[in-house]
Amino acid sequence: MKERLVVVGNGMAGIRAVEDLLASAPGRYDITVFGAEPHPNYNRIMLSPVLAGEKTFDQIILNGHDWYEANGITLYTGDGVTAIDPAARIVTSASGRTVAYDKLLLAVGSTPVVLPVPGAGLPGVIGFRDLADVDAMMDATRTGRNAVVIGAGLLGLEAANGLAAHGMTVTVLHLMGTIMERQLDEAAGALLQGELEGRGISIITRAQTAAIEGDGRVQRVRLNDGRVIDADLVVMAVGIRPATALAKAAGLEVNRGIVVNDRMVTSDPNILAVGECVEHRGQTYGLVAPLWDMAKVVAGELAGIGGAGYHGTVTATRLKVTGIEVFSAGTFNEPGADDIVFRDAARGVYKRILIKDNRIAGVVLYGDTADGPWYFQMLKDGESVETIRDTLIFGPNAGAVDADPAAAVAALPDSAEICGCNGVCKGTIVAAIRDKGCTSVDDVRTHTKASASCGNCTGLVEKLLASTLGASYAGESASRPMCKCTHHTHDDVRRLIVAGNLKSIPAVMQALEWTTAEGCASCRPALNYYLMCAWPGDYRDDAQSRYINERVHANIQKDGTYSVVPRMWGGLTNPAELRAIADVAERYAIPTVKVTGGQRIDLLGARKEDLPAIWADLNAAGMVSGHAYAKGLRTVKTCVGSEWCRFGTQASMDMGVRLERMTWGTWTPHKFKMAVSGCPRNCAEATIKDFGVVAVDSGWELHVGGNGGMKVRACDLLCKVETMEEVEEYCGAFIQMYREDARYLERTAPWIERIGLEPIRARILNEADRKALHRRFLHSQSFEQTDPWAERASGRVDAHEFAPLATFDAPATPTTLAAE
Amino acid sequence: MNAISPISWVRIGHLDDIPPRAARVVRTPAGDVAVFRTGTDEVFALKDRCPHGTGPLSNGIVHGRRVTCPLHGMVFDLTTGEAVGPETCSAATIPARVVDGMVELGGLDALGMAHG
Repeated sequence: MKERLVVVGNGMAGIRAVEDLLASAPGRYDITVFGAEPHPNYNRIMLSPVLAGEKTFDQIILNGHDWYEANGITLYTGDGVTAIDPAARIVTSASGRTVAYDKLLLAVGSTPVVLPVPGAGLPGVIGFRDLADVDAMMDATRTGRNAVVIGAGLLGLEAANGLAAHGMTVTVLHLMGTIMERQLDEAAGALLQGELEGRGISIITRAQTAAIEGDGRVQRVRLNDGRVIDADLVVMAVGIRPATALAKAAGLEVNRGIVVNDRMVTSDPNILAVGECVEHRGQTYGLVAPLWDMAKVVAGELAGIGGAGYHGTVTATRLKVTGIEVFSAGTFNEPGADDIVFRDAARGVYKRILIKDNRIAGVVLYGDTADGPWYFQMLKDGESVETIRDTLIFGPNAGAVDADPAAAVAALPDSAEICGCNGVCKGTIVAAIRDKGCTSVDDVRTHTKASASCGNCTGLVEKLLASTLGASYAGESASRPMCKCTHHTHDDVRRLIVAGNLKSIPAVMQALEWTTAEGCASCRPALNYYLMCAWPGDYRDDAQSRYINERVHANIQKDGTYSVVPRMWGGLTNPAELRAIADVAERYAIPTVKVTGGQRIDLLGARKEDLPAIWADLNAAGMVSGHAYAKGLRTVKTCVGSEWCRFGTQASMDMGVRLERMTWGTWTPHKFKMAVSGCPRNCAEATIKDFGVVAVDSGWELHVGGNGGMKVRACDLLCKVETMEEVEEYCGAFIQMYREDARYLERTAPWIERIGLEPIRARILNEADRKALHRRFLHSQSFEQTDPWAERASGRVDAHEFAPLATFDAPATPTTLAAE
Repeated sequence: MNAISPISWVRIGHLDDIPPRAARVVRTPAGDVAVFRTGTDEVFALKDRCPHGTGPLSNGIVHGRRVTCPLHGMVFDLTTGEAVGPETCSAATIPARVVDGMVELGGLDALGMAHG
């Protein structure tokens, strides 16, 4: 009979130990895993990107249910272990399950420290440890305005950044004078604080929390100095504490953590422990790299192989906040150490290396962290830097004339660590590329786990692929399939649609060997767009492959109602239109009427079944759909220009109306916004639009590829033209090139970043190319400029969308049957 | 309204009233029901709210025997109502069938959705 292994804890450490065990001694144990959370094994360190909206939960799953099944592991989720009987060797779970074990692995992790202040138990006060906390924060962003984060460590700042990204007003309270003081020195801390404050996050250092207050739910935080901060949500991120209660109750030796020896065995020889719950040689750990080292030792011990044992881990830290580069390793207040400091204020770069006895004792990098792994490797190896001390601060390429990044990676020794999270070194990755045929980062991830955790080393892995495969490396963006339904990339699918004369979604799926019967919610809308773009007037739009907003021509709101935005050409309106809008708002009890950033009026909270009637009323006053819901032309914003403004140099309103008349109704890969400013003061904010026009004395400047939003990108200047007719032609040509070239859901800003401005400029400035593009644009427009509201208000198009199929009135049987 | 009586079916309309890969709403005193028709003319019904709140599943994109919630993109299996993927949550299912081209829902009375 097989030995029975029970793993308490379904987190990263426990499951990593199981993975390592399966690799070295497959089939030796009957394995049962208990997890308190109701999810399979996920990547906890990626919760910050999930909170910031940069990743979905699906993307951070490490092992799905199928993995447990495939390996014969019994998994109980949502069922934590509540008691261990070491004498009988039995564990009991919260739901009353009892399971016997020969070996027990405790991987119960840690719990957030809760400050002992009044009100800490109020609803709305949470930690930041698991998916439930992320969900609670997401909920708070929808209902509340103000968040307070207590603790400016790694987790606290990542939480603050995520909440701010969702539009909350965030205040961070920190007891010490420097944020992230365990990882950063004062200078780097101040740089980071400045950057975060620039993003709208308030940071109060030396802040002592006196009490959390509220009536039945958190409402404010009071500081010792009397200051009061409003809070709909309080996130406590002041530290973690190993979860020891279960071990303690079972009589195991416990100090700060569950005490283990170098073999990761607790005071009971049949019980091992791993991860954040352990105390090893007086040390506890809260980062991921030590977990991997420990897991390896646990696997060796359980497999009976032995090995070197665990001797502690030197750790490095990175902050996972997009756009902020912070790296820290080792110590930075070592007595008797020398400092080498480099600052570049203009680039916001700060680097500091601490050297003791000719060896690196600590590194702090801010603003440019590319050399972090190189320093960290030397720090861990205790390598002497005596001979390179003069140029050490400039990194491994110092002195090289041509700082080719691929060459720098190629020059690294095989033992250089590439993925700090998973402890994967260069040699392992290169071997996987050579011997296992890896051709993409995904392949490397599958075979080596490099870049599978925080993803910071993805760039390094790409460079290794490039330097190992040479010209045969296709690059990443080019090789990623469109979705899980196909092996083809977006670009290939578009090419093959035209080459194969494919004219319907089923035809594409058949010819390109889709692996699912009818695709998914991701590829269907993309295919619908590609086909429409390729075959104007020929392809029949598939409503069921459109997102609901484009299907019912209004924007769905969080409560399932819709918003309605009529078109106002160039942002202009008149008394008759305003009167009609006011009448509609009253007649259909519209709860909110709002002016949008694109100079339109938004009627929010309309009931879906009222939409056709609302549209009929707006149509009657001469208004058509504003396409505020479309991956298409949204608005053309204008300033008053020379028509009214004493500074205006050109008629910007007229220009804006002409552009909007030409472009309305077009479908594009993503939404498309325009603006026209009548002078260089640029009151219409034209330089953060997809296509922006700024009048100057001698004509019009054309700007492209800008957007506001989470990551603001100012436009690139495309060129200058003289007449309104030219503005129209260049605009049409630019939109058509974007329509034909960009990938679905790619805005112009990332599109231009991806392909570069030059190819665009080359085609638009070439007269023949430009005229051909513009002609194709106008041709497709000849099929698109039909008001979708009028079609639906007539009751002849998509009537099923707006009326229920049947209605049951209590307490009767059906009163209406649509079939009759 | 007792457990041993057979499920009672009520006719709500013709199969052709629902376009393929689409859904229609049935209003009941206990809330809306989303009735889905797949690309292969199977019919399923779920309560018209995602388990998280207010996402009207009838407005989602139907692909295979699945629907993607319009608000936050969660995917539900129409046959079981369960979320596809790691989430352990589900939307309530309501029995549905097609008899002679007519769509019927079952057990609405037991759910308090119609008088029975």
